[in-house]
Amino acid sequence: MRGPRHESRGMNAQVFHDAATDRSFRAKWWTSRIAIYGVLLLWAFICLFPIYWTITTSFKMAPDVMKGNMIPWYDFTPKWKGWESIGLSPGTIGQESTVRAEFLKRFYNSTIISLTSSALAVLLGSLAAYGLSRFSFKWAWMKNDDISFFFLSQLILPPVVLALPFLVLYKELALLDTRIGLILLYTLSVLPIVIWIMKDQFATIPTELEEAAMVDGLGIWGAFFTIILPIAAPGMVAAFILSLVLTWNEYFFAALLTSTHSNTLPVMVASQTGSQGISWWSMAALSFAAILPLIVIGVFLERYIIKGMAAGAVK
Amino acid sequence: MSAEHLHVVTSDTITDGRRRLGQALVWGSAGVLAVVGAMQTLQTLGSSDFGFQNWRPTLYAYCLWATCLCIAQVLIRGEAGRRTLFVLPAALFVISLTVFPLLFGLLIAFSSWNLSSPDGRQFNGIDNLVQMWGDPFYWNALLNMVWYILAIIVEYAIAFGLALALSSQIRARKFFRVAFLLPLMLSPVAVSWMVGKSMLEARFGPISRLARAIGVDNPSFFESAWMAKATIMILDAWTFIPFMMIMLLAGLQAIPKELQEASKVDGATGWKSFWEITFPLMLPVSVTAILIRIIFKLKLADIVISVTSGGPGGATDTVTSFIFREYRERSNVGYGTMLAMIYLVLIVIFMTILMKWAAKYARPQT
Repeated sequence: MRGPRHESRGMNAQVFHDAATDRSFRAKWWTSRIAIYGVLLLWAFICLFPIYWTITTSFKMAPDVMKGNMIPWYDFTPKWKGWESIGLSPGTIGQESTVRAEFLKRFYNSTIISLTSSALAVLLGSLAAYGLSRFSFKWAWMKNDDISFFFLSQLILPPVVLALPFLVLYKELALLDTRIGLILLYTLSVLPIVIWIMKDQFATIPTELEEAAMVDGLGIWGAFFTIILPIAAPGMVAAFILSLVLTWNEYFFAALLTSTHSNTLPVMVASQTGSQGISWWSMAALSFAAILPLIVIGVFLERYIIKGMAAGAVK
Repeated sequence: MSAEHLHVVTSDTITDGRRRLGQALVWGSAGVLAVVGAMQTLQTLGSSDFGFQNWRPTLYAYCLWATCLCIAQVLIRGEAGRRTLFVLPAALFVISLTVFPLLFGLLIAFSSWNLSSPDGRQFNGIDNLVQMWGDPFYWNALLNMVWYILAIIVEYAIAFGLALALSSQIRARKFFRVAFLLPLMLSPVAVSWMVGKSMLEARFGPISRLARAIGVDNPSFFESAWMAKATIMILDAWTFIPFMMIMLLAGLQAIPKELQEASKVDGATGWKSFWEITFPLMLPVSVTAILIRIIFKLKLADIVISVTSGGPGGATDTVTSFIFREYRERSNVGYGTMLAMIYLVLIVIFMTILMKWAAKYARPQT
């Protein structure tokens, strides 16, 4: 900000010399620039290095890992061994193998479970948030604020409180180790966040819009679907993506409630310890395959994630 | 929340027949639920056999009842029912998935129930409470939670610093934002393995190498209790700092530029402007961010389970990871549930006090 202004003043420096305080300003400006970029670059390095480490390790052989080589083609030659062990290297990706089938099954489970539960949560949550932002309810002693608080207070509920009762209930209901069982729980766990984001979103949409639509003869649901939903879509995308991230990464419930049939990727990653130590190359390949979808989402849909998380921060 | 509600007057006439149909739906499906539930109970008790394999039929009857309840809202109450229909499905969903399991959990908490033994549930009064009182590992886990929560102060300071840096005039802002956001997106389990176990590996891990290079003789991150705790804190901070940072960034961008310029005109610079203008304005956002962060921290488990499984000697245990291990080792759901219930009570008390306190002190101070 300050830099250019000083330069333009410097052009007629023959007449007006910079005062001593101004010159110290300029030095200060440069040091603050350097400090800011230094901090930013350092933190970017801290954020990105583990990802770099994961990618490179997946191409290493055992000796490379032991020696701690880090730069491909310079101090180690990349090999596909790690990816072969989960059946995803160029040589093995085309052929049937148990490791590949195993990975694909987990990947498929994770995808189905996270997509379905996020969609369900966005559907239920948007409807509820819309209702709460537009109409006044009185259920028994609960008014709108109480109902909202009831929904949001679910956020405080730690998963561990529900885990064991659900284990027993699911056993009785034959829902253990099923996808639908996990979907229900995941929907429940992200629902408060969706309602939080969507309430914020609907609050920014003026009620005159629906009023006009209803004068034109639309019902309340008709107005919601044709007028409000398209306007609220960015918020819903944000809520959906945030839910997707949380459900894709969830480990605790999945570890407890699934065993062989509907395991998700995080459970597979966590159970990779072999009898003769950990084979880091395959571990890294698997980890990277598990985080890759989210890296892609993070890079391309960053805007929505930030929008979702910033909701409610500013009133 | 601004309470600008819609006020639309619609006249719809609800005939008696329609109202009766609605009531018949609700009560009829409730009857079905009651009958199926009763049959199932008899089957479980062993007095008669209806060929039910499990409680699924009762679940289906419950879903039927819930659906009928929603439809009946519109039938009986017309326009008002149509409005209720927005909130009712979510409310029913949450109630059936939390309130019911919680009540059931209360029952389990007062019993000894080994899932792998055929004895089934045995009521054992307050035995679990007595056992909990004398369980040093549980108290230790609770104490650890206090330390973990205190670590949030440092996370907050770092997140604030990064948010300030990001909101200043910089180039490549998008690159930095994406890079800073990524740790939050990654699966904690994958992070635990690749960072917690691989990068911190004592022999070849790059961080251990770095530590040796700057003169630490035998870098070990999980041997002493405090070192292990600190390492878990740092790992968790690494994943969650982006979250606080983004909330704070949103807050910073909402501060009117005139205010900062006015303070500049008044001669406030650097630190002074920060403490007198930015920080007080950011107080509400900060409180929200910290509260949400505390809520997430109270659930911390994945990293601990995968990296240290609570070791050494329970030094890194969180309540969740401790209960998880407790269940895995003994498969007794009774004791674990009691521990979880007590934890819930403590959390509710703690959060209530905290929120009251926050509401009192964190009003926008302008």
